[in-house]
Amino acid sequence: MKSSGIIAAAAILLLPSLGIAAAPAGESSVEKGKALALDTNKGNCIACHMMGDGEFPGNYGPPLIQMKERYPDRAALHKQIGDATIINPKSIMPPFGKHGILNVSEIDQIVDYLYTL
Amino acid sequence: MKKTIQRGLFTGALVLLTAMTSKPAHAAVNYQALVDADVKKFQGYFLKEFPGVKLEDFGDGVYALDEDSRKQWKEMEEFPPYELDVEAGKALFNKPFANGKSLGSCFSNGGAVRGMYPYFDEKRKEVITLEMAINECRVANGEKPYAPKKGDIARVSAYIASISRGQKIDVKVKSKAAYDAYMKGKEMFYAKRGQLNMSCSGCHMEYSGRHLRAEIISPALGHTTHFPVFRSKWGEIGTLHRRYAGCNENIGAKPFPAQSKEYRDLEFFQTVMSNGLKFNGPASRK
Repeated sequence: MKSSGIIAAAAILLLPSLGIAAAPAGESSVEKGKALALDTNKGNCIACHMMGDGEFPGNYGPPLIQMKERYPDRAALHKQIGDATIINPKSIMPPFGKHGILNVSEIDQIVDYLYTL
Repeated sequence: MKKTIQRGLFTGALVLLTAMTSKPAHAAVNYQALVDADVKKFQGYFLKEFPGVKLEDFGDGVYALDEDSRKQWKEMEEFPPYELDVEAGKALFNKPFANGKSLGSCFSNGGAVRGMYPYFDEKRKEVITLEMAINECRVANGEKPYAPKKGDIARVSAYIASISRGQKIDVKVKSKAAYDAYMKGKEMFYAKRGQLNMSCSGCHMEYSGRHLRAEIISPALGHTTHFPVFRSKWGEIGTLHRRYAGCNENIGAKPFPAQSKEYRDLEFFQTVMSNGLKFNGPASRK
């Protein structure tokens, strides 16, 4: 009785970390993120940023390299994609989240991909 | 001591400010001077941004900025893809209406009138564009207006442009009403819009010359000098307002109709910004 309670408590404590780990850990999330980042109707990041091995990248924005070092805080990168005008009102970057171009989980997948760059 | 000096300076500044702000209420506003100052700033921006490019060359759009693209374009212009359209436009210009008159009877100077448009009509209190004048001529003579984005309207406009090449752009803004139209166009140019939250100025001023994927973005200076254009992407000739609509669609904004007040005011503002350049249409574009 007592031990099962401990196991249950441990499981509850572990749940959030399992939840976070489950989505981005899978390779599919990175792949989905990459596809979204290249999709001209979705992220289309490559239109403006040098990105991985993508051909003919634009140069409106900075190259997407060392993203984990530049954005150690995952939430900050998520927010930047969601609405870059919060930090810089004059930013030309479309507010992907705010204007409904990408939903929260799509931005999550793009962040997973960007973290591999 | 220091405080009194500061206070004195502050009062002085206040008096000066009041004098400055109250002045326009008494004196007549020189709208042309306001606009000329804008033109100087606007053109100065591009001349500074692209020091190797001469002012008159901005009429060649993106081809003024990039040598490789310029070479390709020069080759394309050796056998202009709009040549047949200019010929067709000439025929339409001279073709008699049912009443015996023709488009030619509406325009002075044998139709070499590109340099007169756009202008602000002080009686009608609106901007008149060349394409608008072409269609009004048809309607006034009992004919149906042309569809406003492509086809015959662009052909006639191309013919008029071709026989007007070299005419200087010198759009005037002389009244409060003209200045209001100019300001509407200016707002349209600088305001962010659409799902992508972009403005004309964002791409065609701040990021002009940079790459959007493989495309180099054209400078706004000279945008209106060379229309109508035969655009490879269209595979045919089209008007400036057709291009405006395409640009709006690209940024996820609902386009305004061709020859709407919104686009005419934008054309007015943009053409004023190119004052001093020469009309050099029609042209070919990627």
